[in-house]
Amino acid sequence: MIRFIALISFITLFAADARAQGNVPLVADLSNHLVAITTGFSGTDVLLFGATDGPGDIAVVVRGPSEAEVIRRKGRQGPIWLNAEEVAFRDVPSYYRVASSRPLAEFAPQNLLSRYQIGVENVRMNTVADAGLEPEEVADFRKAFVRLKTESNLYDQGLGAINFMSNRLFRTDLHFPSNVPTGTYLVEVYLFRDGDVTSAEIVPLNISQIGASADIFDFAHNFAPLYGIVSILLAATAGWVASVVFRRT
Amino acid sequence: MQVYLPIAEMSVNIFIVLGLGGAVGLLSGLFGVGGGFLLTPLLIFIGVPPAVAVGTQSVQIVASSVSGVMAHMRRGTVDFAMGGVLTVGGFLGSGLGVWVFSLLKKSGHIDLTISLGYVLFLGVVGGFMLSESLPGVLKLRPAAVALASRGPGRHSWMHGLPLKFRFRKSKLYVSALLPLGIGFLVGLLVATMGVGGGFLMVPAMIYLLGMPTQIVIGTSLLQITFVTANTALLQSVINQSVDLVLALLLMLVAVISTQIGVRLSSKVKGEYLRVALAVLILGVAIRLALGLVITPDELFTLSTESNP
Repeated sequence: MIRFIALISFITLFAADARAQGNVPLVADLSNHLVAITTGFSGTDVLLFGATDGPGDIAVVVRGPSEAEVIRRKGRQGPIWLNAEEVAFRDVPSYYRVASSRPLAEFAPQNLLSRYQIGVENVRMNTVADAGLEPEEVADFRKAFVRLKTESNLYDQGLGAINFMSNRLFRTDLHFPSNVPTGTYLVEVYLFRDGDVTSAEIVPLNISQIGASADIFDFAHNFAPLYGIVSILLAATAGWVASVVFRRT
Repeated sequence: MQVYLPIAEMSVNIFIVLGLGGAVGLLSGLFGVGGGFLLTPLLIFIGVPPAVAVGTQSVQIVASSVSGVMAHMRRGTVDFAMGGVLTVGGFLGSGLGVWVFSLLKKSGHIDLTISLGYVLFLGVVGGFMLSESLPGVLKLRPAAVALASRGPGRHSWMHGLPLKFRFRKSKLYVSALLPLGIGFLVGLLVATMGVGGGFLMVPAMIYLLGMPTQIVIGTSLLQITFVTANTALLQSVINQSVDLVLALLLMLVAVISTQIGVRLSSKVKGEYLRVALAVLILGVAIRLALGLVITPDELFTLSTESNP
C-alpha cells in the first residue's frame, strides 16, 4: 500500500512535470525496467503507468524477442494420427500482449491497428507454408498458433484493461508468467485521439536470469563439455553417497 | 513451492518433481530399469520441453543406477564381464542412434517414431513377460516357472555363434556376440527414444540369454550407468539440454528410493517382480497406443525452431 501511495505521488509529480513542459502529450514508464529471474521466480507483474495532457485512449502492446516457430497439424493415416502438414512462422514475437482503455475497435480505425500491429490478429508473421495448403488452411494454422501461445500464457488476445484516473493518469499491470522467454522486450504505448495516433512512446524492458540460475545457464552454454562432466560426476556422487549411507543404517 | 529451472526456462512445483523422482527411483531399484520410459513422458506432461526432459532424465538415471549398482555389488549380484560387453554394444548402438534421431527430428516424425517404438517394444516385451510369469504366480508354484531358455535341450542358432565366453557369475557359456548385440539394440533405442533401455534389456537378458533374474538387475544397471552417462554428456555438448536444478531435485529423492527398491527386490520372489514389471510396461504401452489412435483434442503442435 505504501508503495502504491508513493507511486501515485510519483505519477502525479511526473504528470505535473509533463504538463509543465507543455509539448509532451504522452509520458509512460514501467515500475521496473529489469525483470530478474531468480531461482524462486514464478512469474511477475510489472506496472505500466503514465500520463496524458488531456482525454484520449491508450493502447499498449508488449512484444517479446522474436523467434521462429513451426506449427504442425496431425492427420489420420490408417488407424493412427501423425503429423502431416506444417507451417513455419519466422520473426514472430515470442510474447505478445495488448492492453487498452476501451475495446480497440471503439477508438482505433483498422488501418492504424494493422500499421502498428496492435492486436494479435494484426501481428505480421513471415509465413512459410507447405506447398498445397490453401490460404484458408494457412489461416487455420495461424489461429492455432495464437491459441497454443495463449494456452501457454505467452499471448494474450483478451484486452487487459488500462485504468484512467481523472482522464490524465493511467496505469495497468503487465503480467509475465514463469515460462516467459528471456531477452529484450518492447512496451509500446499509443495515445489515440479522434481516430488517430497523437503520440507514441516505446519503453524497453529487459527480462533475464539473475544469480545462480543465470550462472548455471551460462555454464551450460559456454562450457558445455565441462558442464556435462560435472553433471555426471554429481549424479554418480549422489548415487554413491546414498548407497554408502544406506549400508550403514 | 515453485522453483525456477534455468535450462528449461520455466518454474515447476518442487513437490511434484520430488514425487516423480521418488517413484521412479523406487522402480529403478526394484526392477533394474532406469525408469526413463516413465519419467520422460511425465516431465513433458508437467510442461518441461521434451529436449530438456530427455537430457535431464539421463543425468537422473546415472544417479539412481549408480546407487542401485553399488547396492547390488555388495550383494554380489553384478556380472562385470557381461556388463562390460553390454556396455560396449550400448556405446556402438547409441552412436548410430544419435544420427538416426537427428534424421527423424528433421522430418518432423520424431514424436511418432518414439510413440510407435514404445508401443511396439513395450507391448511385445510386456505381453511376453506377463504370459511367461503370470501362470507361475497364479498357481503359486514355489519355484519359478522354468525359464524358457534355461536347462538342456535348447541348443538353437544362438549357441552356434563364435567367440564363446564363460560368464561365471551368470553361469553361462555363450557367444559374446549375443550380449554385444543386445547392448547395441538397446543403445540404439536409448539414443532414439531417450530412455535408459532397461525395460528392454532386462527381459532380453532373462529370456534370450537365460541369466538368473537377481543377477540381471544389477548387471543391467551397470550397463545403464555407463550408456546414460555417455548420453548425458552428448546431450550437454550438442543440445545444452541438461537442467542441473531439475536433475538435482530428481536425484535427491531418487537415490534414496532406489535403495529402498533394491531392499524390496531381494524380499520379493522373482516371478512376482516380473509380473509387476510386465503389468507396468503393458500399461504404458496401452496408454501410448490409445494416444496414437484416439482423435486428439488438439490437432496442432507448436515447436520453437530457434531463439535468435
